[in-house]
This record gives sequence, structure tokens and C-alpha cells, in this order.
Amino acid sequence: METLYNVLIDPFVQMYGMPDFFLQVLWEGLVSGVLYALIALGFVLIFKSSRIFNFAQGIMVVFAALSLVGLHTFLVPFVGNEFVAAAIAMPLTLGIMYALAMSVERVVLRPLVGQPDIILFMATIGITMFLIGFGEFVFGGENKVMITEALGIPTGAIEFEPFGGFLLLEEKDVFAVVMAIVLVISLLVFLNKSAMGRAIRALGDDHTAALSVGISLSTIWVLVWFIAGVIALATGVVWGARAGVSFALEVIAYKALPVLMLGGLESVSGAIIGGIAIGLLEKVFEIYWGQPLFGGNTETWFAFIFALIVLLFRPQGLFGEKIIERV
Amino acid sequence: MTVMDPTLEEVKKRAEEREVLLDLENVSLSFGGVKAITNISFNIKKGEIRAIIGPNGAGKTSMLNVINGFYQPQEGVITFNGEKRRSMKPHLAVSQGIARTFQNVALFKGMSTLDNIMAGRATRMKQNLFWQMLYWGPAQREEIEHRKKVEEIIDFLEIQHIRRTPVGTLPYGLQKRVELARALAMEPELLLLDEPMAGMNLEEKEDMSRFILDVNDQLGTTIALIEHDMGVVMDLSDRVVVLDYGRKIADGVPEEVQSNPEVIDAYLGVSH
Amino acid sequence: MFYRTSGQFKTTYESDQALFPIKQDMVLLVVILAAMYVIFPMFASEFTYKALLVPVLIYSLASLGLNILTGYAGQLSLGTAGFMGVGAYACYKITTIFPEMNIIVALFLSGFFSAAVGVAFGLPSLRIKGFYLAIATLASQFFLVWLFEKWAWLYNYNASGAIEVRTMDIFGLVVTGPNASPMVQYYFVLGIVSVVTFAMINLTRGRYGRTWKAVRDMDIAAELVGINLMRAKLSAFAVSSYIVGIAGALMVFFWKGAAEPNLFDIPMSFQIVFIAIIGGLGSVMGNFLGAILIVALPVVLNLLPEMLGLSIGSATMEHVNVMVVGSLIIMFLIVEPHGLARFWALIREKLIIWPFPH
Repeated sequence: METLYNVLIDPFVQMYGMPDFFLQVLWEGLVSGVLYALIALGFVLIFKSSRIFNFAQGIMVVFAALSLVGLHTFLVPFVGNEFVAAAIAMPLTLGIMYALAMSVERVVLRPLVGQPDIILFMATIGITMFLIGFGEFVFGGENKVMITEALGIPTGAIEFEPFGGFLLLEEKDVFAVVMAIVLVISLLVFLNKSAMGRAIRALGDDHTAALSVGISLSTIWVLVWFIAGVIALATGVVWGARAGVSFALEVIAYKALPVLMLGGLESVSGAIIGGIAIGLLEKVFEIYWGQPLFGGNTETWFAFIFALIVLLFRPQGLFGEKIIERV
Repeated sequence: MTVMDPTLEEVKKRAEEREVLLDLENVSLSFGGVKAITNISFNIKKGEIRAIIGPNGAGKTSMLNVINGFYQPQEGVITFNGEKRRSMKPHLAVSQGIARTFQNVALFKGMSTLDNIMAGRATRMKQNLFWQMLYWGPAQREEIEHRKKVEEIIDFLEIQHIRRTPVGTLPYGLQKRVELARALAMEPELLLLDEPMAGMNLEEKEDMSRFILDVNDQLGTTIALIEHDMGVVMDLSDRVVVLDYGRKIADGVPEEVQSNPEVIDAYLGVSH
Repeated sequence: MFYRTSGQFKTTYESDQALFPIKQDMVLLVVILAAMYVIFPMFASEFTYKALLVPVLIYSLASLGLNILTGYAGQLSLGTAGFMGVGAYACYKITTIFPEMNIIVALFLSGFFSAAVGVAFGLPSLRIKGFYLAIATLASQFFLVWLFEKWAWLYNYNASGAIEVRTMDIFGLVVTGPNASPMVQYYFVLGIVSVVTFAMINLTRGRYGRTWKAVRDMDIAAELVGINLMRAKLSAFAVSSYIVGIAGALMVFFWKGAAEPNLFDIPMSFQIVFIAIIGGLGSVMGNFLGAILIVALPVVLNLLPEMLGLSIGSATMEHVNVMVVGSLIIMFLIVEPHGLARFWALIREKLIIWPFPH
């Protein structure tokens, strides 16, 4: 009886009893969710345009952040100014992400065109390992601090007093959310309005048809991987500001996977809504169920189990259409 | 086959005399709002070759899918061998005695011809995991007993030379033949053939027609056949049912159907 | 020349379906077994046992288990290490609760626990396919590792949170714990791996193998030739997780001697996936080739700078290692996506028809 109460009633009593704390929890969940959504978006873009399930997306986040911090540390003694160094490191990192996109296309994707999905998937795990080894080899394996201030990201906090309580929003989190929104909107505009964006969507709809009307596969792939790289860099900066920069960050990369299960591998809106939903739910579950009942740290698996259960009832995901099988 | 072509009356009479194997009564199937099959009734009699024809999208393949349980119709009754049902689990079709081939070859590409045909006997093999792991005693005996059956079919369809070849590497015509072999390995009472000659050249078509007649004749298997080549349909089949837009528009012996004006409008007149 | 098959005629289906229809294969196998059972132990040092021979065998076994599921039944799994953990913890609990039980019995019993957990996490495969399923298997990975950490009963409420293997013997011969001789452990592992491999070769060439491969190649067609998809998939999950569980138990009991939950975390899952892929999906022998490459290569790489007289920090070497393995995987996928097993098959084919090119 008491267990039932603890599982079914008590958490809601807590939520109602301390609404300001509940809001705080929701906010934290929202911020993580936005970042999950961003990583998932990178996955979706690459999957849509090339049918490649890019496992390396999460590692690209770490790699981008690591490159930025590493370059900055390297540059500061030369230019003598934190901000100037950041201003130089940023475009250089973008350059690295472009070089990465190019080499991935040249070295990995091009020779593997036409291979079964699982082989390409494995190749991206190979890329993941290479990036981990390479990143640590060049920049060292120790934990680093994101150059938040040098990049001009605000670090203060905003306080509210809802319901006579107390709510604290860190400015860098607010920055993260705003940046994510800007990024997503510009991405949507790019996909829907520009010629390149149309080409990417065409590839997503019908590969062969798109090729036959003269869309260049390699150009698109480099472009898409570069966009994924830019998204990775943005995610890396804001996540790094929250949690430091090291390959331990790769756990957030795994979080994007249940988002994809939930939202579908090809749905942009699915990635966004799924990401936010998972961010919110796992936080709420951890605080109100995980910590009091299961000894905490449920965030490692909650998203996966949740997505799994949803998929059992809706195999097509939240946003997919019902699949009719044909023979 | 007699030397003299039988008259229309004789053909009809022969069809009448046969016992009904499969009977479909007012079957309807839809996906969401789209109607694939509307209120169709017809039967298949023991030992006959029954052709199902109609223009593309007429619902022929859906019809076969309903018969072997892959699709579940919303309305209607299906009676097979005296047993009534509306739907069933697709993997149970085989144990009931219904086997089929597919419009787009649906072989197990990574396996050899032999393994593909052996897979057709999966439901008949019973030895448990333990004996299988030893591959000895009952498991080995069972394997060999089924191998013998499979070799008979291989001989029957003249595909001895490709026994060990992975089917993915075979030319299309042979793949179709392996698929027929796999279906025969299930020793079906009713064999459903979905466009067995699509994409074949004349010679391959003649071979396949001969095999179909042989199966029907020597093994006594009842055959339901979807085919677009009217020459083949008229030559092979005992009776023909014509579908259009998911409705039945004609049913009868080939000569009758051929002269049915609605059929000519819907199908023959348009595509030939 | 050595692989000429002319003159070897088959007159019965028994001999045609024998394990090695070609005589030379048999000879090759005997040579390999002789090397494993007689020659290696004559020269191996403790380091060779602990760093090369035993790990290669255990990883081969785990990869064989994964290969049943992914290579034969076509269900991609990224959660192998979690099931290894279940095997290891089950064996640990069984030997604590029944201290008198023979370790071999405990080992084979613990496989049933991982098989049961495998079937439970395999249930979604009836509804979910492809990449979605691959992600779903990660659910088991993360959940199980979390469970190993939080469920104190599993590690007997140790303060360290780790499981430690006590000394156990079979008829007086010490086989586990710090006092066991590496050679004895090697023979033990080798014996079990041989038995399981033999069983799996048989299983995969018979009805189960065909059923699984049919599901892998085209599940809809498989269903329509009368294969019960549910039974086929779940049996693959069960057999696969059983083997993987035994591999996990072997790893802790006969190699590492102790384990923390994070041993069974995602990097090991990936390592095993790599072994299976590089070795060749849908092949039994490939697992051994893959394991030799993936397990032995880092060991050799680590020795390399020393041999060349260079001094490189072990941390740096570690990073280079990861990098090299990553590149190797990509390279192998490009050169031969079907793995080392296919490589060998091609060579064998060439040898059989030698000196003719076709």
C-alpha cells in the first residue's frame, strides 16, 4: 500500500506542494531537452539525405567543443587576449568541422556507397572511435573548461519568485535555449527556401530520382555533414558550458538515440518535440521517482525504456504514418 | 491433355464436377479509407488451375494476401477445406496447405538454393535444439529425410546445377524457379502463384508454363495464378476470375471471360 | 594444389552433409586444434595467456553469441555487454548461494539467466525493426549496467560495489581465484569454447540456422513459408544471450578475477560488435579471426614502441590505439564488408580450383 502511495500519489503531492521547485525541474529538463533535440536534428539531417545512421553525431559534439577549447588554449599565448583568441578559434573550429565533413565523405562514404545500411552504420562507429582517439591524442584526454566568457556567453542568473517561491534561471541556459531556437529556425528556412535545402529534401524523399535530376551526391553529403558539424559545435559550446568538455560528454550523444526512436529517424519536427519531451520527462522522473524510489541516476536509461514502451504501442514512432507491409 | 480441344460445354462440365477447395464469400478489405477489395465471392476447386486477372491495382495480390492470411479482411468468410475463417496468422497458412510465390522474388538471398528449398520444409521439421546442436541421431536422420524430398523437387524443376549457388547471384528466371521449388517443398494443397512469369522471355515462359502444368498434373496441386500474359492465362487455366478496382467483373472458363464485353473494356481492350 | 577436391565423391547424403565434406578442411581443423591444445601451452608465458590467448577465446565466444543474433537472425544488437554482465552476476550469485556446486554446472546454469533476460529484451523485436531495434537494445545496455550498480544484493553488499571471484576447484584442481594457474584457466576456457562452437556450427547449418537466416534475409517471406517469426526471433535471442552470458561469466571467473559494473558498459558492447563485423556476420569461424585482430592488435601495438626503442606514455598509446582501431574498422569495411571469413572463403575457393583462374 505504501509502495503504491509512493509511486502513484506522493510524487504529485510533492509537485503540487512545491510548485516553484517543480518549475525549476521543468526548466532544467527543458534545457537538456533542447540540446537532445539539437543532436537528434544532426542525426535526422544526415539520415534523411544519405540513409546513414550517423552514430558519430554525438562524438562530433565533443570533438567540436574539444577543438574549440584546444585551439583557444593554444592561441591565447600568441595573441595575448582571451576574446581575440576566441574570435580566431571559432572560425578555425568551423574550418575543422568542414575538413571533417570533407574527409568523411572522401575517405569513408564514397568508397562505401551502395553497401548495406549496417555496414555504413558500423563505419560511423569506426569514425566515432577514430575521433575519440584523435581528439584525445591531439588535445589530451583530461577534462577541460568551456571558454564561456571568452565567447561572450552571459554567465549570470535570473531569479523569479513564482507562487511566492524561488526560481533560478542561469543565463547560459537561457542563451542555450535561445540559440537552439535560432538555429532550428534558420535550419528550417534553409531547408525550405534555398536550392540546396530543396536538394537535401529531394534526396530524402527519393534517392534515385534526386540523382537522376542531377543533384550531386558528394556536394550534398559534405554540406549535410558540415551542417551537422555546425550543430554539433553549437551543442558542444552550450553543453560544455554546463558540464565541462571531455569525452564523458558522449553520454548526451546516446540520449539523442531514444529521441530518434520516439520522433522517427526522418522527422525534423519529431526530433525537436521528441527531444524536449524526453528532456522534461527524464528530469521529472529522476527527481520525483528515481531519486526517492530507485536510488537515483535513472537518467542513464529512462529515455531508452520510455521510447521502447512507446514504440511497442506505436511501432512507427510518434510521428510516423502507419506502415502497410507489401509483398 | 487430349489431342482435340474440348468444347466449351465439356470444359464447363468438367469444372462443375470438381469439389470446392477454397470458397470466398463477400470478402472486403480496406486500408484506412482505401478499399482494396470490395465484396468479392468466388471459389477454387480441387485440382484446377484458377487464374485471377485484372489491370494493375485491381486487387489481385491483395486477394492472395487475404487467402494466405497476410492481410485480414474486414468482412467476409473464407472456407478452406471445409474450415471457415475470416483471418489467420500468416505462418499458419503453410500448415493448412497453402503455399505461394511472390510478385517480386522473395527468396532468402544470402542462402543457397538448397537451403532456400529446405527452408520451405521448416514447419515439417521437429527435432529439438539439443539434437540439432549435436547434429547426430534423430536430427541427422530428419535432415537427410527432408533432403531427399528436396532433391526430388530439384530434379522435378531441373535445377540440380545451382544447388549450392547463393540465390542472390542467380538470374531472374532461375530465381523464380527456385521460388516455385520452395513453395513445392511445402507440399501444398493450394499453390498461389503471383505473376510467375513476369519479366521472363518467351523461352523461360514456356519452361515455367510446362512446370506449372506438370505440378498440377503430376502432383495434383490446385493452383491459383495471377498473370498478365493473356496467352498464358488462356492456355493454362481451367477457370478465370477477373477483378477491376477491387470488384469482381467476370468469372468463368477462359472462352467465356474472353468474350465478356466488360472484361474487354476494363482490361483486354486497354492494355493490349 | 593442397586443396584439390577432385576424387572426393559423395555417394550418400550423410557424407554430403558432413561437417567437413572436403578432406583438407578436416586436416586444417586438426592442425588448428593441435596448435591450441598442444603447441601454444608449450610456449605460452603467463602474459601470453592473460593478455592474448584467454581474452581472444572469451571475446570470440561473446562475438559468436552476438553473431547468432545479428549475423544469422539479422537482429542488430548493441547491448551485448549487458547480457555478459547478467551471465557474470548470475554465476557469481549461484556460486555464493550454492558454494558446493561445480563451477562448470554453475557456468552453464548462469547462461539460462542471461538467456531469459535476453528474451525479455528481445520481445520488442517482434514489433520494432532495423535501427529502431538497435537503439532499443541499448535500453537493455544502460538499464542493466545501472541495475548492477544499484542492486546491492547482486554483489553481496560489498563495500566496493565490485564482484570478486573466490578460489574454486574442480576435483582438487584450482581453476578460479588468484591462485589458479593461467594454463589451467586457459584449458578450461578452451574446452568450453570448443564445445559451444561445435554446437553452434551444427545449429547454424540445420533447421535453426535456416530459419534464422530466412528471417534475416526477408522476414515477410519467412513468415509466409510457415516460419513462426516470434519463435524464430526469440529463439535467436535466447541462444545468443545464453552464449554471451557464458562468455561474460568466463570473463570474470577465468580471466579478470573481479568486475565492476562499468566493465559491462557500452565500449565492450561495441568491441564485440566490431569483432563480429570484422570477422564476418553470418559466420562461426569469423568470430575467432575478428577476435584475434581486435584483441591482439592493441597488445601488439602497445609493445611496438618499446621494441622500436621509443618512449611513449601509456595514455598516449591508449589514444593512438583507439584511433588505429577506428581506422582499421573503416578500412576493413571498405576492403571487405563481409569480413575476414569471406576473405578466407575466397582464398579457399581459389585454392580448390588452382591452378585454373576460374
